[in-house]
Amino acid sequence: MSDRLPIELTVNGRHRMLQVSPHHTLLEVLRDDLELTGTKECCLVGECGACTVRLEGRIVDSCLVLAVEADGREVTTVEGLGPEGSLNRLQQSFLDEGGVQCGFCIPGQVMAADDLLRRIPQPTVGQIEDGLAGNLCRCGCYEQIIAAVQAAAQEPES
Amino acid sequence: MRTFAYERPVTVDEAVLLLDAHGPDARILAGGTDLIIRLRDGSLQPSLVVDIKRIPELQAGIDVRDDVVSISSGTVMTDVAAHPHVRRHFPALVEAAEVVGSVQIRNRATLAGNVCNASPAADTAPPLLVYGAVLVIAGPAGQRRLALDDFFVSSGRTTLGRGELVTAIELPFPVRHVGATHVRRTRRRGHDLASVTLCCAVDDARVTRIAYGSVGPRPYLVVDESGLLADPGASEAQRAVTLERLLAAASPSPRSMRASPEYRLAMLHLLARRALRTATTRLAEGSTA
Repeated sequence: MSDRLPIELTVNGRHRMLQVSPHHTLLEVLRDDLELTGTKECCLVGECGACTVRLEGRIVDSCLVLAVEADGREVTTVEGLGPEGSLNRLQQSFLDEGGVQCGFCIPGQVMAADDLLRRIPQPTVGQIEDGLAGNLCRCGCYEQIIAAVQAAAQEPES
Repeated sequence: MRTFAYERPVTVDEAVLLLDAHGPDARILAGGTDLIIRLRDGSLQPSLVVDIKRIPELQAGIDVRDDVVSISSGTVMTDVAAHPHVRRHFPALVEAAEVVGSVQIRNRATLAGNVCNASPAADTAPPLLVYGAVLVIAGPAGQRRLALDDFFVSSGRTTLGRGELVTAIELPFPVRHVGATHVRRTRRRGHDLASVTLCCAVDDARVTRIAYGSVGPRPYLVVDESGLLADPGASEAQRAVTLERLLAAASPSPRSMRASPEYRLAMLHLLARRALRTATTRLAEGSTA
């Protein structure tokens, strides 16, 4: 058993101090220590995108990041996207367009879509497909998800 | 995941000392997109993980010098693909970096990690070989430079010695006009590893360089100095004979779940012909890159 290491994170704007084991991933710490269960654990090999979070301004698969690596860094999870207790424009679009069926992949899809719209505010369908290529949906809602991203792009957050 | 000790050196010397002291029990953590998967599945069980991302000189950076572009070992695929000088002079490397994994993976996976992991299917290996990449290696005996072609041994094995780590990848600016392209075959666009990955470059002296991977234990670099492949007057039959000889090192595994050896060999030859055409066209279009 190795020693636990002290780390500091800023998660969704809030400063957090934690003790973590070196082999614990950012995903585990977000879900188990900070109880931010919006970020989902799924494939654990960086293929499905369900655990997508923003780390220092870039989206990553949090199952492939050790928590100690994120020491001193800024993390945004799906809980931090909209104003406290409500949805942002993009999240509402996912509901409006029927992009959410079982819902399990959606936090990751939303994080990837949010990242895409920050980089490319008016993406083409091809750009949306590339931007979300790291996020799998077993319900097969890709058409609706693409429509949701397009809708959010046409009517950005005021 | 089994536990391990974690060290975060802040100088290259410190990293070398740690790696030298622990030898094969230590693993380098750069982007982590391969390492963490293998820590979790138990195929690697190091006692020490050395995180090199806080070493200032290894942190993400692409340095343009007189004769080379130097890419530090902490540089991720996203930054490689976006860099204006890389895009202009090494477009086939950009094409390869842009198809590695997904946005999430490209934001973490480093170019140096893709090389050091020594997967035969590494997509950036063929363009790096074709462009004559040189690795800058720090170790207990000091710094050395090594041509990438002398680095790969077999799947997962390199000529990196105990205590050594790659600190940068240098790409010499092409001295001639070059047309180049990277092509690959996968089962699924978005994530899948390549069933065949290939880069072809043709220069204005009619020298053709082809590097190909995922069809044997390591990626291979071959060169046609005769000028035949790039000769517009050569017949398809003549080209086929030359390609046959250049691609002869391919020996795809019959045990792969990704594709059969027959399919891989057929696709290797097809991709090589296509890439040769694209590279030749790009050269003719006057691309200086």
